[in-house]
This record gives sequence, structure tokens and C-alpha cells, in this order.
Amino acid sequence: MSDAVIEITRAKGDETEVVARAVYEHPLPVRICHWLNAISLFVMAGSGLQIFRAFPSFGAKIPQKDLLNWPKAFAIGGWLGGALQWHLTFMWIYIATGLVYVGYELFSGNYRQVLFTRRDLPGVWPMVRYYLFFGPKPEQAEVYNPLQKHAYTTVIVLGALMVLTGFAIWKPIQFSWLAWLMGGFHWARLWHFILMWAMLGFVLGHLVMVILHGWNNFISMFTGWKITGWKRTAWKRGSDG
Amino acid sequence: MEPDETKATGPNKIAGEGTPRQEGQPAQENQPPAMDDSSVAQPSSGQTSAEPPRILNPQMAERKFAQVSRRELLKLAPLLALGAFAIPGAQEWLLKKGLGFSDWASALMFRRGHLATTFADSALTPFEKFPINDYDVDDPGVIFENWTLTVTGLVKKPGDYKLEQIQSLPLQRQNTRHVCVEGWDAIGRFGGTRLSNFLNMIGADTSARFISVTCADDYYESLDMATALHPQTLLCWEMYDRPLTREHGAPLRLNIPAKIGYKQAKYLTDLKVTNVLNGKVGYWEDQGYSGFYGL
Repeated sequence: MSDAVIEITRAKGDETEVVARAVYEHPLPVRICHWLNAISLFVMAGSGLQIFRAFPSFGAKIPQKDLLNWPKAFAIGGWLGGALQWHLTFMWIYIATGLVYVGYELFSGNYRQVLFTRRDLPGVWPMVRYYLFFGPKPEQAEVYNPLQKHAYTTVIVLGALMVLTGFAIWKPIQFSWLAWLMGGFHWARLWHFILMWAMLGFVLGHLVMVILHGWNNFISMFTGWKITGWKRTAWKRGSDG
Repeated sequence: MEPDETKATGPNKIAGEGTPRQEGQPAQENQPPAMDDSSVAQPSSGQTSAEPPRILNPQMAERKFAQVSRRELLKLAPLLALGAFAIPGAQEWLLKKGLGFSDWASALMFRRGHLATTFADSALTPFEKFPINDYDVDDPGVIFENWTLTVTGLVKKPGDYKLEQIQSLPLQRQNTRHVCVEGWDAIGRFGGTRLSNFLNMIGADTSARFISVTCADDYYESLDMATALHPQTLLCWEMYDRPLTREHGAPLRLNIPAKIGYKQAKYLTDLKVTNVLNGKVGYWEDQGYSGFYGL
């Protein structure tokens, strides 16, 4: 567990006062994987959408019925060949960071902080009520609340499925069993597309929550340390016990 | 990173160097009760429950904490190396390397004996709906009477081969999926002879690395030897049990179910067995597409 907590002190004359607490929430491997994965996910989605532009359909080629005309401005790579280069380069970074992250979590025991288990089930509904503004804020003893754990666990599964559907499209013969599992080549391509939107949905929710939780929370993914409970009046003698 | 000493708790005392670590820290004892669900890092939990609760948070001076945070932040600095992808010259080089790595991995994943799925006749894309793709013209105007396949390179019997000679080799028909790099696919019925049969006929050195072909429309392609020897790789002169039509590559094309569409060159005129491609991998490849692109 990476819950090392320290108290931050400030010298005031001869005395030392505690002005804040800091929790070491994100070990270095997690931070590195997080940012590499975030960057590669951005590139994968952008280049993937450029690849999609080459045949924006899930039906037959003749006659071709386009699903949507994705604007080029929101795509990466400029042309099909360029987008494939980005996609086939960053997919390795995406896979590597995913594997290192999962491996680190399992090996270090840090997964206990993130993994959604049966024990988190009772906490789900109170948290949903709180988020939807009709319940009190549940007491939170752990680093992540049940819904956060659920989101972070789901996104790992999503990431793994993205890679598997990707391989089913890229290597439908060498990994014919994968393509078969997904319902064939066409379905694998469709799943890959649907899962990408699910992933982008997570990213959107994640960003909203990061904004709501403020600067100290955001910066913790860079420094590892999350500062909580600044005692703003701590400099006044006797203001805290 | 070694566990650091951070037990300094006295007034004005600055905590030890570096970052406090989780294992065995006194901090563990001052945590909310629900944290006890962790089965690790609580070696003395049996005893602590008997003792009165102590408050033993390690402390760190504000300035020191700022230093520690900054150091942690700097550890992420190597990630800035990804910024190289934003530099135009470096970007091209890096993406080429990435694509090269993918091609290398693809060659490793390729299994020579592993067959592409074949389909029932009912699954075939109707012939008139089988897409026609070319980089230039549907019909480069091959004069069939004069047509030969010119064989050069590492072969015992180089020369010009007539279509009848090639068609004297065993016929193989297969219903396989044709996958285009654009994302569409179609299931077609193809007929011809295994490329390996023809390589045998011309006495090709199958320890060579590549087969390269050129076409009547100046298209050119190359194929790794492992895929060339795959049992479903055909020198193809039939589609849907009829001779190839001009727009599908008459009189002779490649049909390679284990490769992406653009590698399956049409209107063949020359075939070479070689160890070097001299930078000419294929028409699309030389513009930045994958050179191996096995499926």
C-alpha cells in the first residue's frame, strides 16, 4: 500500500506547526505508466479515427454506406499511411505501459488500492446518490471510493479489450481465434470502434473529476504526493491542536 | 530506491532525505480504521491493537517537502523524450522505426503452416460486388497473345514463361477473405497454382529472402520467402472459376490470403527471386505503408 502519510510543518519562531498532510498516493511506476499511457491513448484514438476515415463504414464496400464523416482536424497522421505509422508505433507504448502497470500493481500489492472487489459493492449506491446530489457524502477511509475503483478497474479491462480487438483486426489469420471470439473480422473492427468510444467516455469522466477535485489532486499524478487539509489558519498561534 | 528514514518528529527537526516509503512506516498506525483491510505492511497489527493508539506521523518541513515533491516531479522528465515526435525530422524517423518494429514483430508472428480461414460458397461476396482497386488504371491494356512472365534472379531456369506453362501446374481453388488496408474486406473465390509450385518449376533458390514482382501498370511489389511458400499463396489466373477479368489483374496476379490487399499485385509481367530490394519494397510501401503487412 502506498499510503505513507506525512505532516507538513512550518517553523514559526521557536515552534513548529503542522500546516498540511500529504499522502503518497502514486508510486513512480504508476505515474510513468499513467502519462505514457495517456499520451499513447491520445495518439491511438487520433490515428485510429484517421484510419477509420479511409473506410468510415462497417458494411460492404459495394455499395458503401458511410457511418460518419469524421473531421480530419480531429485526427492524427494526415493520411491513411501516416495514421497507420502512428498507430503501429504507439500501440507498443500503449501495450507496454499497460503490462508494466498491471505487473507493478500485482507485484507491489498496490492493486488493493484500485481493484474493485465484492467488498466495494455496498459502497456503490451511497456514492452514486452523493454524485447525483441526493445523498450525503459517504465517509471515505480509502484512497479511492467504490465508484473510482469501479472506473479504474473497468478501464483496465477496456484497455485490454482494445488491444485484443486491435490484434484481431491487424492479424485476423495469426489470431483467428481472437477474431472468432469477437464474432469475426467485421465484428472485431466494430468492437474496436465501440470500445474506443467507451474509452473516450472514461477519459471525459476522468477529466471532469480531475477538474472538480482541484489542483492538489491533479498535481499528485506528477509528484506522487497529494496534499490534503491545508490548515489555512495554522500560522495563527493556537489555531490547531 | 531505498527506504528512507523519516521518523524525525521533534520540533524544528527536518525529516530525513528523500521520500517516506510505505513499508514499516510509523505512519501506518495513524491511519483511518478502514485501511486495516490491507493484509500487508501491518506486521505488528496483533500487538498494536492491545496498545493505546499513538500518533506517530512522520513530519517534514514545508521547504523540505517542496524539495521532495520537485524531485519526484523531475523523475518524470525522461517522458519529455516523447516530445521528439513533435520535431518534424525526428518524427519521420521515429515513426519509420515504429513501423519497422511492427513489421519485425509481424514476421515473428507469421506461421507458415497456419492457414487462413476458408469459406463456403454461400459466404462469397458476389463477383460484381467484389471491389476493384488499383493505383492507376483498371486496365493497363495487356496484349494477351504476347504476354509472358519474365523470370530473373536466383533461379536455375530464368526466362519468359507462357501462361500455358504456368497453368500446367496443379490448380488450387480457395474461398478466402481479401482484406484492404482501408478497412473493407470481401470474400472471393480464387484459382491458380501455389506460388511454391512455380518457384519449384523455375528452380528458385528458396533460401533467398524475397520475391519481387513488377506489373503491366508499373506497379511493383515484394514478398518475403516465408509467405511466398505458404500453401495458400497463389499465382492466380481465375476468379469465381472463370479466367481473370482485366480489371482484376488478367492474365496473372498474386492471391495471398495471408497478406493485406495491396501486396497482391495484378497484371504481373516480371518475377525476380532476390536477397535485396534496393529500397524498392512496393509501390505503397515506398510511400510509407507497412512492408510486411501479414494478416
